[in-house]
Amino acid sequence: MSNLWITNARVIDPAAQRDGAGGIFIRDGKLVASLSAAQKKRARKIDARGLVACPGLVDIHVHFREPGQTHKETIATGSHCAAAGGFTTVVCMPNTVPPADNAGTIQYINDAAERGAVVRVYPTGCITVGMKGQALAPFGSLKRAGVVAITDDGDCVQSNELMRRALEYAKMFDLPIMDHCQDAAMTVGAVMNEGVMSTRLGLRGWPHAAEDIIVARNVILSECTGAHVHLQHITSRFSVDIIRRAKARGVRVTAEATPHHLALTEDALAGYDTNFKMNPPLRTEADRRALIAGLRDGTLDIIATDHAPHTPDEKDREFDHAPNGIIGLETALAVSLDVLVRRSRFKLPTVVDLLTRKAADILKLPAGTLAPGAAADVCLFDPEEKWTYNAKAGCSKSINSPWHGQSLTGRVKTTIVGGRVVFAGGKIVAEGR
Amino acid sequence: MYFPLYRPAGRRHCFPPMSWNRRHLLTIEELSVAEIGLIHTTAAAFKKILARGEKSFSALRGKTIVNLFLEPSTRTRLAFEMAARRLSADVIAFDAASSSTTKGETLRDTAQNIRALGADMIILRHAAAGSPLYLSRLLDIPVINAGDGAHEHPTQGLLDTFTMQEHLGSLRGRKVVILGDILFSRVARSNIHALTKLGAVVTIVGPSTLVPPWFTALGVTVSHDLRSALADAEVVMLLRIQHERQMAGMFPSLGEYTGMFGLNKTRAGWLKPGALIMHPGPINRGVEIDSELADGANSVILEQVTNGIVVRMAVLHLCAGGQPEDVITAA
Repeated sequence: MSNLWITNARVIDPAAQRDGAGGIFIRDGKLVASLSAAQKKRARKIDARGLVACPGLVDIHVHFREPGQTHKETIATGSHCAAAGGFTTVVCMPNTVPPADNAGTIQYINDAAERGAVVRVYPTGCITVGMKGQALAPFGSLKRAGVVAITDDGDCVQSNELMRRALEYAKMFDLPIMDHCQDAAMTVGAVMNEGVMSTRLGLRGWPHAAEDIIVARNVILSECTGAHVHLQHITSRFSVDIIRRAKARGVRVTAEATPHHLALTEDALAGYDTNFKMNPPLRTEADRRALIAGLRDGTLDIIATDHAPHTPDEKDREFDHAPNGIIGLETALAVSLDVLVRRSRFKLPTVVDLLTRKAADILKLPAGTLAPGAAADVCLFDPEEKWTYNAKAGCSKSINSPWHGQSLTGRVKTTIVGGRVVFAGGKIVAEGR
Repeated sequence: MYFPLYRPAGRRHCFPPMSWNRRHLLTIEELSVAEIGLIHTTAAAFKKILARGEKSFSALRGKTIVNLFLEPSTRTRLAFEMAARRLSADVIAFDAASSSTTKGETLRDTAQNIRALGADMIILRHAAAGSPLYLSRLLDIPVINAGDGAHEHPTQGLLDTFTMQEHLGSLRGRKVVILGDILFSRVARSNIHALTKLGAVVTIVGPSTLVPPWFTALGVTVSHDLRSALADAEVVMLLRIQHERQMAGMFPSLGEYTGMFGLNKTRAGWLKPGALIMHPGPINRGVEIDSELADGANSVILEQVTNGIVVRMAVLHLCAGGQPEDVITAA
């Protein structure tokens, strides 16, 4: 494997509190402090003038639809989206068909990732068998097969008793439980936030209380059991408040926000565009601001995309009948920079941290750092480049993005995984790992 | 607010100051006061001509209108069909039950097939809110919303305000109460938009589960006290109470609903004397309204049905490219 020398970059490595001009040296797939003169001479040089070089981005919440729904996305195409968005490590949700509730399916996912993925793909396993919310899945054999967390994402375990046992049991394996917080009975048939907009549009509302109640439940159960609960895609200001208080008491909860909940509100639904339909739904401006405040003070730990591909045929329907979810890997960085750096005056390294080291730390993944000896996963991006996002020309098999056709600022130029350039010049330049 | 373009429907020889230039009728929310006035004026002209004994008009001769009703309906569908036939259109009914939609065909494909068969206009009734808007973006022919989920039922709102104006003249400052299941009602939403645009003072009343506070953002007063809501009202519009809502835990029982919010003779006495009693149908007699009121002197429930024809004739005429003058001149 050739050596790589990235020069003239603004290097941001939040883990080392590094932010300054410099170079990055890569030898045999690993980061090194420097290269010898001879090695430098032979190294492939990447001139990163004007670019930021940071650890490869980490997204602990993606849906790659394999096995079972490979018409929407595959692990290979999903990994291409990740690479194009600067992500070098992703964590797949287990709501595949069939659900990843057993070691065999996890092995299938690992094999598919080994064959086709250009970034690091980690699987998660289900909390309950078939994601039915009734019986615990075999966390032990799931862990042996390689899962990094347990989750029923897409669904939410409704039984408090079962959730308590899941947490107790997961703690034994030091596996975090990631929860999609939604009270099912309060959200039957719900397709958007409950409020003024749902009233105007005549659509069934999803009250934020249905999230808040489960967030509170999880905080209580985490405190009782001592287990780590990661609260997925938080959307409500009340939930942010619950998490803030829990963290102040030292409860082992972490939480994420998505770029779309940070950037958009329910007002975007005025035209019944199904590319703004997701679960949990877009909420109000007050909620959006609370999420940003939560990220600012650490109540919310990280940004995760909830990349959820659905084909045009599936999305092109009556609003009630279209599936939930949007793709987000290729736009996450630009949208985060826009919302947090440009509009909310976050420092650039802070936002990089939310997308790298902090995300990796939640699940103790070996990623999110430029420390010598670490795998050479690097993202080079131009924070100022303006570009127009065309979902149809993107890497996903699906195009369900609210940012299709929008002008964005901040563009990933090069993505390096394990010392190998996988994305450069606007296209994927590598095949499966 | 001052609406300089508004003309009371009663003064129908006063020519509207603008022309109609919409192809679709999707919501009342998006209509201007002037556009509502144009529809009402055109409907009044049709009504005048019909009253002379003329039964049909040639406005839509040779046009094919498809009644695409993907949710059960009786009166709306019949009224649209009647209106279309009065305008000499050919009407084809398309049922959910007998159609390929039960075989999994999408709304897009169904609509495009109907278009390919040569339809000139689609009247859509659908359980999913927003589906008429969706269809209007797919097709190059007019789409008329005949009720979409809990969103809007624009022709109902138009015919209800038309009926009110016939009795009261201008609705500016008139106190109108809408009583019943507001949350799930497209009729309520369309009436709220029409009435507030026309300057009426609207109160919605019913159990707190079915009349949530969000509605205040639409410019109405929310109340759960029937007596104070009905006091001095000049119109009360009742909405059907559905048994399914009780099943969903929205209220304890039909009996309790009727006990608190059913309109009976005593409660009707709280209204301004002579106040209009309205209901879009179908009526649950003895639940939301007593029969003696539904059939009483102040009930205009059947007038609503009759006016539904001329209002829909106006909508079809205008959306097919006609102008109010075409009818007014003849009237």
